[in-house]
Amino acid sequence: MTSKNSSSDKPVGVIGVGSFGTVIANMLAEKNKVIVYARKKEVVDEINKQHTAEGRPLSKNIQATNDPEYICERCEVLFPVISSSGFREVMRNFSPFLHPYHILIHGTKGLVLYLPEGKSIADVKQIRRSQICTMSEVILNETVVVRVGCMAGPNLAKELSEKQPAATVIASKYNEVILEGQRLLRSDKFQVYGNSDIIGVELSGVLKNIIAIAAGALAGMGLGENAKGLLISRGMVEIVYLGNALGGSVKSFIGLAGIGDMVATCNSTHSRNYTVGYRLAQGQSLEQILTEMDEVAEGINTIRLIKTFLEGTGMRAPITENLYKVLYEDLKIEEALQYLMKYPFNVDVDFL
Amino acid sequence: MTDEYIKREYDPILPKKDEWPVVKLSKSRKEFVQQVAKASKDRIVKITGDSVEILKEELETTLYREKLRMKQNPWVVDPDDEADFWKKVKSALVHLSAENNASESQQKAKYQEILERITDRYADEIAGNFKHSHYKLTRGIVTTGFSRLLNAARVKGIRSFFSKQYTLQDKIQIIGETDQLRDLASQGTIVMVPTHFSNLDSILIGWTISTLGLPPFIYGAGLNLFNIQIFAYFMNALGAYKVDRRKKNLPYLETLKTYSSEAIQFGCHSLFFPGGTRSRSGIIESRLKLGLLSTAIEAQRANYQKGIEGISGKIFIVPVTINYHFVLEAPGLIKDYLSLTGQERYYKESDEFSTSYKISKFLFKFFTKGSDISVSIGKAMDIMGNYVDEAGHSLDKYGRVIDCREYFLTNGVVTENHQREEEYTNKLGRRIVEEFHRINRVFSSHLVAFTAFQMIKKEHKKLDLFNLLRLPEEDIAIPYEDFKSTCQMVLDRIKELKAEGKVHMAPHLNQDMDTIIAHGLDNVGMYHAKRPLIRNADGAVITEDMSLLYYYHNRLDGYDLEKLFI
Repeated sequence: MTSKNSSSDKPVGVIGVGSFGTVIANMLAEKNKVIVYARKKEVVDEINKQHTAEGRPLSKNIQATNDPEYICERCEVLFPVISSSGFREVMRNFSPFLHPYHILIHGTKGLVLYLPEGKSIADVKQIRRSQICTMSEVILNETVVVRVGCMAGPNLAKELSEKQPAATVIASKYNEVILEGQRLLRSDKFQVYGNSDIIGVELSGVLKNIIAIAAGALAGMGLGENAKGLLISRGMVEIVYLGNALGGSVKSFIGLAGIGDMVATCNSTHSRNYTVGYRLAQGQSLEQILTEMDEVAEGINTIRLIKTFLEGTGMRAPITENLYKVLYEDLKIEEALQYLMKYPFNVDVDFL
Repeated sequence: MTDEYIKREYDPILPKKDEWPVVKLSKSRKEFVQQVAKASKDRIVKITGDSVEILKEELETTLYREKLRMKQNPWVVDPDDEADFWKKVKSALVHLSAENNASESQQKAKYQEILERITDRYADEIAGNFKHSHYKLTRGIVTTGFSRLLNAARVKGIRSFFSKQYTLQDKIQIIGETDQLRDLASQGTIVMVPTHFSNLDSILIGWTISTLGLPPFIYGAGLNLFNIQIFAYFMNALGAYKVDRRKKNLPYLETLKTYSSEAIQFGCHSLFFPGGTRSRSGIIESRLKLGLLSTAIEAQRANYQKGIEGISGKIFIVPVTINYHFVLEAPGLIKDYLSLTGQERYYKESDEFSTSYKISKFLFKFFTKGSDISVSIGKAMDIMGNYVDEAGHSLDKYGRVIDCREYFLTNGVVTENHQREEEYTNKLGRRIVEEFHRINRVFSSHLVAFTAFQMIKKEHKKLDLFNLLRLPEEDIAIPYEDFKSTCQMVLDRIKELKAEGKVHMAPHLNQDMDTIIAHGLDNVGMYHAKRPLIRNADGAVITEDMSLLYYYHNRLDGYDLEKLFI
């Protein structure tokens, strides 16, 4: 395969300029021309004039646009980094301009639920696996792009923007996508691993958010490191079982995107999911918390979705189920913890 | 796709036989075989990383396995000079490894020479022997002979034997996208992928192709079928090339793939049974053998590399399902399935199709008695599983025209990337399975078999499959009224699925339930010595053979209908 030095002529696209999108755009801009897409006209103007996105600094050689056609025409490789709630809509808007030659590597950790027109999750009792889509599955559903990858791992935006050393996993069924991702992102400060189990890697990123909420809750109750160690290890077991049921492989969950990301998120007091858990433990209600947060905590949606998926499968996921009760059924967090302590686990590790 | 079948005359799309790709190919058979042998050699050299050591090892393994095959599993069709050929290969290999003073490049050349001898032999072995005169004769026999039998059976009276009231098209109903198939076949290259339940399929598909006015398709037929004279004749007449499942060595497999890929690039319409062998369980194929399928993708990429971008170089995948009330080999197949527990091994070909006499007997029964067959032609797709419009353009799910070539581009250039094409093959395989379920046509016999089996299963909830199948048949009797209402429930769900475009239904399912059940019971596995379903003296529904019932029930697997019984 010929790898022409396309980096000089073809710019790389980043879709979305949230905190993570901005970091990715800056990292890519170290070696490549970058075009970013933002929906709002004023954000586009801000980037092009002041080189900041809602206050976050952006490299000077990054150009912004709010025209999907333009960014798709100019770039062959695009990084969608948008919230999972808006992901499907954005992909639909981009779909007419995307071609089979495009490569999409997304950095979104969430799930999208495909329900019949006019129904919401509150209306359904059960959901099938085919109705739950990871972001790569959304891309495959909504567009003609097949060469899809995802980027996941312990990548806290704040630390990356300070250029602290870190690593990520690029997962794709296509080696060429992994190689392209490595070529574009790798630097002295940033290591890039490859993995062919894209579903497993995506699920790692999604499911760890549940455990992150629990970690925040433990901290909010003033508990220490023993409790956190317990949580991370039991959380791991739960992730492996859930992830397997959804089509991921065990190997991915114990990799960088799985345990690596989970340890980072469970210790990060900046993470949104952690904050949700922390505040719950302080006695705030879900409604209160939601109104005060500007960006979504993916874990909340994930818990609800996974809980509904579990109905009727005969599977148990004690941490997820108890967090669901705390979030939606007014269970006291202390009671949930009590319940977990009494839960009859007896085998430490039974998935390897 | 409508449910009604269309009975009509189709003009041949290429009236002159000299224009038929398969005729052109057979005329230049010698050159083509050489081209395949050469391309296969290059391919294997590439796979072995151009290393002498690995190539040597592959050749030695091949030799070893071939010797073992000749000793343990000889067939009538095997050529006489086989032992001789491999003896020579052996002595060449021994000779070469004893030669120490040859330089590496000399050694390499010599090993590659041996390799090419092998691929040359394989390519010649695989290549078909299409003869137009045989083709015409076969077509003649099938159409006139069978329709005489058919009319003799259906039209009453002395002159019935010469009646033209019924033609084969009444017996074997062709439904679906026949016009699109004809359109595309006259412009691009078709790869037809049918489901595979019976050895009869090859002949049926051959007949369908000729009835639709299409030139013959080439296809890979199991070499074992050539053991039987009557089949060998039909196969050669229909443009078959030979696939020997005993040979699993690298040179053979690569030569086979190269043959298929080169033939598609040559413009030959091809036929693959993507399930590999006949479905042992009666379930519509869900896991496909992807080896040959990958050659369609490879050929498409090669055409783009050669700069052929229009429809003339485009490859269209057309799924086809063949729907039966009755599969002659069912008892043997299901037995295999149950005893093999899913593992593929060598199996003995000792089923009902083992002799020409038995087949003739069956064909006579088939045409003189009831039991219709239908062949559903699915919508054509590009090699990525996108539907195509009448001009052969690929469409995305919103109907936008997309350029299939772009799937192979890297930085604007068509690139060869095997890992990518492997994934594309997986994807195409999944799409074909989806389409199979969509174009599958439900018959009354499928409905009654499915319902009866599920009712028995529900009655004995605690038994696993094997114990369930071992239930004494005399203990099972389903009261007719229960059976009728349950059939109605299943049929209602099938109608819902049909409304969602997920399956098709034969028109006889639009009658009242008593008629449907009677029709179903009459037809399900009708020529088996032990019937899967009949009614006893009290009117209750009983089975004489649980395994067969399970087999026919499996036809409706994959639609989540069993959830109705929880």
